[in-house]
Amino acid sequence: MIGLEHYLIVSALLFSLGMMGVILRRNLIVIYMGLELMLNAANLALVAFSRFNNSMDGQVMVFFVITVAAAEVAVGLALIVALYRKRQSTEVEDLTSLKL
Amino acid sequence: MTGASTLAWMTLLLPLASAAVITLGTLKNHRLSANLSIGAILGAFVCSLLLFLSASSGESNLTWIAIGDFNATIGVKLDRLSALMLLVVTGVGTLIHWYSQGYMEGDRSYARYFASLSLFSFSMLGIVLATNLMQMFIFWELVGVSSYLLIGFWHERPAAADACKKAFITNRLGDFGFLIGIIMVWAAAGSLNFGLLAKAMQEQPELLGASAGIIGLLLFCGAMGKSAQFPLHVWLPDAMEGPTPVSALIHAATMVAAGVFMLCRIFFLLSPDALSIIAWIGGGTALMAAVIALQQDDIKRILAYSTLSQLGYMVMAVGLHAPGAAMFHLTTHAFFKAMLFLGAGSVIHALHHEQNIWKMGGLKEKMPLTYRTFLYGTLALCGVPPLSGFFSKDGILAAAADSHHGNPVLFGIGILAAVLTTLYMGRLVLVAFHGAHRSEQASHAKESPSVMTVPLWILLVPTLVAGFFPVEHMINQTLGLHHASGHAAAPLAMAFSVLALMIGGSVAWSYYAGAGTDPLTQRFSGLSTLLCNRLWLDEIFSGMIAITHEAVSKLAGWMDQKILRGAIMGLLQHGVDILGRGLRLVQSGSIQTYAFLFVVGVALVIYIVLGGKH
Repeated sequence: MIGLEHYLIVSALLFSLGMMGVILRRNLIVIYMGLELMLNAANLALVAFSRFNNSMDGQVMVFFVITVAAAEVAVGLALIVALYRKRQSTEVEDLTSLKL
Repeated sequence: MTGASTLAWMTLLLPLASAAVITLGTLKNHRLSANLSIGAILGAFVCSLLLFLSASSGESNLTWIAIGDFNATIGVKLDRLSALMLLVVTGVGTLIHWYSQGYMEGDRSYARYFASLSLFSFSMLGIVLATNLMQMFIFWELVGVSSYLLIGFWHERPAAADACKKAFITNRLGDFGFLIGIIMVWAAAGSLNFGLLAKAMQEQPELLGASAGIIGLLLFCGAMGKSAQFPLHVWLPDAMEGPTPVSALIHAATMVAAGVFMLCRIFFLLSPDALSIIAWIGGGTALMAAVIALQQDDIKRILAYSTLSQLGYMVMAVGLHAPGAAMFHLTTHAFFKAMLFLGAGSVIHALHHEQNIWKMGGLKEKMPLTYRTFLYGTLALCGVPPLSGFFSKDGILAAAADSHHGNPVLFGIGILAAVLTTLYMGRLVLVAFHGAHRSEQASHAKESPSVMTVPLWILLVPTLVAGFFPVEHMINQTLGLHHASGHAAAPLAMAFSVLALMIGGSVAWSYYAGAGTDPLTQRFSGLSTLLCNRLWLDEIFSGMIAITHEAVSKLAGWMDQKILRGAIMGLLQHGVDILGRGLRLVQSGSIQTYAFLFVVGVALVIYIVLGGKH
């Protein structure tokens, strides 16, 4: 029998993977992919809670997250394109000019 | 009692009223101001005379400030001691006010002078009539202030301005000890009233406990300042910068006697240890001042050192358990020393403010009235029988020779000082009044007007006869000392004092009769320089003050530089600097470092919130 714990473990693994991607990868696009992965890990956890608690709240929240994530991706990718045009690079090592 | 206390209040308040009216209203009108001031002191004198004759005793108090169970009262205390002192202060005061009219003639601050004089009389009477230590201290300070005003009366002269500051500051040093002593008395006994304290001490002699000696010495510090005892004596000779009547009133007859009066008033509080130190300081001052007086050339300074020396005698007498003898000498000294000062004032006035005795000479014929009174004053001061000074000085020497409380060394010092007294006073009279004229002014000198010579004649009366009154016995009885020291030794003391008189007199005659310059200066030039410079005590003191001042300033500077600016400000500055440098490392600009730190932060928060639940 597959229970809530299994879903949550998968969700936690996905979230950790996404987080490692954000922290360790150098390319901005891959970092973005890590961020999406983290969001979807959260979505998975919310849906699982919704399913196991017989409540629709989690699913409503997931729709909101998907909407916000879509908008965020649009803005973020536009920023990355603009940045690439200016610097010819999407590597984070090249983007430390805000250092003190 | 009510009649007597009204009189006493009047005695106290008349001079205050005069000072207030003159200062607030009549400063422009010289004649009226002088009359007001003289009228007030004369009224006070009449009241004192009535009080003295009625021999009333008791006290009346007004509450001035009440804080909790502490009551500061202002009152008047009447007994034989205060009545006698009232009589001296107002009697000599009246004559000196009168004399001042002539001496200060034509001064542009004539009215201000009389206002200050009235203020001084009020303050002095406040000390005399004080019922408690608190009141005494307040009037003590008032006397200091009015003395400051009068010494610095000619404040446009730098020497007078310096002298008044010196007098005030030196007195404050002593008063500081006095105040601490008063506070300690209050802490130990819970009262400052003389009557209550005396009663408490009688019932419980150990009331002040182990600190009795220290309390006695601290209270004596006040007397040390006002009565100019070593080492706080330095202000008195400089105070001669004031007008001569002021020197006569304040620095010979009354204010400097306040210290001795205070010691008699609080005699019951003084422990035997404190008394023996007081006696030694008094004896030391008597001898030192007499030695210094030998080589002074200013007529007023010689008299000033002579006053110091006589005050030393009085303080020594208190220290030898003979306050009666001290008060006796205080009374007679007030009369003849006031007369000597007024005589000196008359001479100075006649010579147009020439004060050097070596520029006088031959005044005997020019100023016969002044000369005669001055001569009697000198004889009384030297202790020639049967003038008043003989009896009072004899009382003190007898106390020193007493088998019970006396001390042979102090007796020797007293005799030696008596020899020196005769010597320096003989020198003064022989040089200033005898021999040839040594200057232009001296040969043109004229006798002073009668407004100045009449007080001299009036003062001559008590100078001649005051010795016959049983003042000593009366005071000892008032203070409850029934076995006062000295009676057995009186003949011995008398013999020695006559011997001292003869030795001093003959030495003075052989050295100074007809001398044109000082033979002592030529014969003992080293010693003479030392004495001319007053043993360099002033220089030593100012050196000591400079050193202390330097050290304290250096310490303060060090505190400011190293502790405040160095340690505290430095710590603050460098601490913020280092903290800033540290925090700068965090700001790497790398987005991933921020993300990592963010994650660590969130993990930490989660751990803190949830971690404790398992």
